[in-house]
Amino acid sequence: MARGGFMQRMGGVRGLAAQGALVLGLVLLAVWLNHNAGTNIAARGIATGYDFMGREAGFNIDQHLVDYEPTDTYTRVFLVGALNTILVAVMGIVTSTIIGLTAGVMRVSKNYLGRLLATTYVEIARNTPLPVQILVWYNLALLAPPPRTAWGADGLFFLTNRGVYLPQFNLNGLADFAIWGGIAAIVAGLFLSSHFRKQRTEHGTGASPNWGWAFAIGGFVLAYLLTGNPTGIDVPHKSGFGFTGGFTMSPALMALWAALSFYTGSFIAEIVRGGLQAVAKGQGEAARAVGLNDAQALRLVILPQAMRVIVPPLASQYLNLTKNSSLAVIIGYPDLVAVFAGTSLNQTGQAIETLALVMLFYLACSLSVSAFMNWYNARSAVWAVSR
Amino acid sequence: MSAARPAPTTTAWQWARLNLFGSIADSVLTVVAAVLFAWFVWNAFDWAILRADWFGETKEACKSGGACWAMITARWQQVVAGYYPEAHLWRVALAMVCLAIAVLPVIKRDMPAWAALLAPAGVIASIAVLGGANILPSVPTDYWGGIMLNVLVGLTGAIFALPIGILLAFGRRSDLPIIKGFSIGFIEIVRGVPLITLLFMSSVVLPLFLPTGMNLDKLMRALAVVTLFSSAYMAEAVRGGLAAVPKGQREASHSLGLGLLQTTGLVVLPQAIRISIPAIVNTFIGLFKDTSLLYVIAILEVTGVIRQALSDFAWLGLENEGYVFVAFVFWVACFSMSRWSASLEQQSGKTVKRVEEPA
Amino acid sequence: MYKRIAAVALVATLTACGNPGSAVDGPPPEVVGVEGAPSTNGPVMGAQGATLRTVKARGRLVCGVNQGLIGFAYPDNRGRWRGFDVDFCRAMAAALFNNPDAVRFQPLSSKERFTAVVSGEVDVLWRNTTWTLSRDTGNALDFAGVNYYDGQGFMVPKSLGVKSVAELNGARICVQTGTTTELTLADYFRARGLKYEGVVVDTEDQARSNYAREACDALTTDVSQLAAARSTLSNPADHIILPEVVSKEPLGPVVRQGDSQWRDIVAWTLYATILAEELGITKANVDQMRANSKDPETRRLLGVEGGMGAMLGLTNDWAYRVIKAEGNYGEIFERNIGRSSPMKLERGINALWSTDKPGLMYAPPVR
Repeated sequence: MARGGFMQRMGGVRGLAAQGALVLGLVLLAVWLNHNAGTNIAARGIATGYDFMGREAGFNIDQHLVDYEPTDTYTRVFLVGALNTILVAVMGIVTSTIIGLTAGVMRVSKNYLGRLLATTYVEIARNTPLPVQILVWYNLALLAPPPRTAWGADGLFFLTNRGVYLPQFNLNGLADFAIWGGIAAIVAGLFLSSHFRKQRTEHGTGASPNWGWAFAIGGFVLAYLLTGNPTGIDVPHKSGFGFTGGFTMSPALMALWAALSFYTGSFIAEIVRGGLQAVAKGQGEAARAVGLNDAQALRLVILPQAMRVIVPPLASQYLNLTKNSSLAVIIGYPDLVAVFAGTSLNQTGQAIETLALVMLFYLACSLSVSAFMNWYNARSAVWAVSR
Repeated sequence: MSAARPAPTTTAWQWARLNLFGSIADSVLTVVAAVLFAWFVWNAFDWAILRADWFGETKEACKSGGACWAMITARWQQVVAGYYPEAHLWRVALAMVCLAIAVLPVIKRDMPAWAALLAPAGVIASIAVLGGANILPSVPTDYWGGIMLNVLVGLTGAIFALPIGILLAFGRRSDLPIIKGFSIGFIEIVRGVPLITLLFMSSVVLPLFLPTGMNLDKLMRALAVVTLFSSAYMAEAVRGGLAAVPKGQREASHSLGLGLLQTTGLVVLPQAIRISIPAIVNTFIGLFKDTSLLYVIAILEVTGVIRQALSDFAWLGLENEGYVFVAFVFWVACFSMSRWSASLEQQSGKTVKRVEEPA
Repeated sequence: MYKRIAAVALVATLTACGNPGSAVDGPPPEVVGVEGAPSTNGPVMGAQGATLRTVKARGRLVCGVNQGLIGFAYPDNRGRWRGFDVDFCRAMAAALFNNPDAVRFQPLSSKERFTAVVSGEVDVLWRNTTWTLSRDTGNALDFAGVNYYDGQGFMVPKSLGVKSVAELNGARICVQTGTTTELTLADYFRARGLKYEGVVVDTEDQARSNYAREACDALTTDVSQLAAARSTLSNPADHIILPEVVSKEPLGPVVRQGDSQWRDIVAWTLYATILAEELGITKANVDQMRANSKDPETRRLLGVEGGMGAMLGLTNDWAYRVIKAEGNYGEIFERNIGRSSPMKLERGINALWSTDKPGLMYAPPVR
């Protein structure tokens, strides 16, 4: 490429000078910081590097989605923490969407009290700090009865201030077939459903989309039965110090889940409301004129159009929720920040390395969501034009 | 789908039919909502007002079974100003006046352009008044605290973040590849990580990167980090405003013979800022709420002061009162700001959704 | 605007100088211009005597304390810091400046406490910090003694019928995160092949309230905190602290490495309070002892003879000032965490070595 081309891309002499100054400034800053850090770290006898990742951690983490023992390494700690973060984030994303959708629809409903209730919820939830909400939910979770007087039924579920005890599926050797078969059936059912719907919109006739759903459910049950009922159910029983068997959800997880869901839900409600209001009023009136009832008008006409406005800001809410799950440290839920930027940092004293890894994890989450959103926006733009 | 507007002639009964008992589902919803609402409001009122105790030196003074607000009233001074010396509380008041002057150019929108300088001047003045600045007796930042600190950190963060955010927003729209790349990189990295990790950085990592012997005050380190953090969000708020300025404005200004700097400074930027003020206010609301996180690095804003009160024998076990109070303080501030920002949106006719908040 | 502020500031300065010490109970107003700018108060690491010079020039001790730990460090309703650790900070201020209030308390989280000492943000750390080998060697830090011998214990409700930790197999145990307690718990149970479920929380008070609401079967933390927790329960008699103490937690002050003069001052302030208790010197009788005592050790400690203070770089009456201001070790103990406090802790291993039920408190002789 010609030299002139380079100069032009760099914005001429002035542009080149400005950018050169920026680069020089950044490099000098980096050198200065590096020098300071080097001196300080040497003077304080702090270890550097990532050797500690292979060392034994020595502490216990109660909630671990993969096997974990105190004798495992810090690398394993990172994995356990990251999975716990992802777990609460996914749970929060699902429920906050449901809450947000409900509250958003209620905010534009015809019912005055429904509107009032939804508005009250939104204005309280989004105008108080999340850390405080987490603490409040945590104190609420502890108000549940102690194990001796637990609510629930033996062999089904228990609600106590030590957490919620639920039945758990035990997987045997054939479980994989059942799971993948079931997933395949659901995916096929979804495609079928959308195919039927398309046929209906284009030709006005065709099978109901509900057949697709029926296929999904039927396929799942079939996969389950054909592989010979591979799953047993492990149920919670009262015994000894508390309960045995089943799956336990700790109060910290419940509190964090609830707080993240209700906090983010209030923002999603506003997004949904905005999206619904952005759909031209005539659309709703037209839908009712052709004989659809309110629920059908909402589901078939208004929501699909509103989705295009709703989805992009929704993604940034999901991202916020994931980042906000780092507040778990306040109530001791073992998320990535708590176990890695908390306990591990305290044990190793290597603040720079541990914090850098934690930040890298969140950055990776955020960049992948951004990439997905760019893809989605491009796709929906094409879709909008082609319609 | 929008709410039915009662026509002037509707009677109360007609309104109720339409808004409360439109259908069977509606009626059920109405009844459930009414019961829930009444139950909640009554219980809250009973606990917080009717059966509450308001004064006393320890929790023993609370005998009525309701909320024990005595913890707040006995420590009101800490709640408002932290451990600021009693004889110098007037300086806190003066600092608040300075901060009020700092936000004037945002609230009163008919002020001349130079008034924008009031913002940083007000913030610096308030910090100077609080700290002493070698004129007044020095009060180190460990004594600062309470709601005052939330306001100070929130406003300082927002006001100093704005110019950085403007530069970053321009950088992001720039044609110069390195500047553009740097701006995008900075914005996306900062927005991609939780504030709590950045605060940990400020408290344990930043001291390592300073020259040996140089000792930046803990609050100042936190302020620097909060400012950088919010500048990324400010950049996005301003970027929305920049995009909304019609292209014709720029062309018209060029045809009048104004240069690039003049066009930007006198034509584009003022309009962009005006458009993005609601978004900026919303970013500020988010930032203000986030100041409650400072407790995790042992800076004693209002949440920290309350949690300290809970570790005094006199008030042990009053978590509910403490957290409800903090939530109420933030709610009053954030709700009124969000209302104000919504009214600004209506005035300008542009809707900037309050969905993008620092997290 | 600046003009106005400058004018106000000028008036204020004049008024402030006119009535010094007007704040009786709150932190005293700072003296104009004495406290150095923050950028200069970090002494160069390892320089002998640098800390004392900096502190003297500043006119005030900066003491790192806990953000809020019952009995050890917390601000009261008036905003005045109180507690066992806090009183040792005040004792040092008394030794240095003859004014127990010439101290600034810097609340520190457990994460940042060592950074704060090393970077010079605080002069000394009195923050219930356990003395361990890795902390002593790994951070350019020095421990300057032990002001409280603690150990990790367990508290359970009596109704559980548990008599020892071994019977806690499978129990849910409340524990504070990021502490040595968490590690010791894991080690102890692993070494004995026992299982437990931890209920991990961020702060001491949260662990306490979890236990109070029976969110766990047992609470583990330092025994001193267990006693405090028990006294806050609605029915303290229904809970027992198990006999096993599963770790050694010697809590003591921390200073920067390399300035042994400063370390000596911290250590001997602590020793002075212990010696005073040994010699029967109290806050009430210190004046009389100083005037009348014939005992040579008492006379040396109180600065009547021997010129001991000068060897530390302080005045000879440094120990007198400490005791006059804060009393002896026993008094500090009783006032904050002992029987006359709500915590009602026994002296236990923190008793003097020379009593009927001897403890570990022992100070080298002043000579």
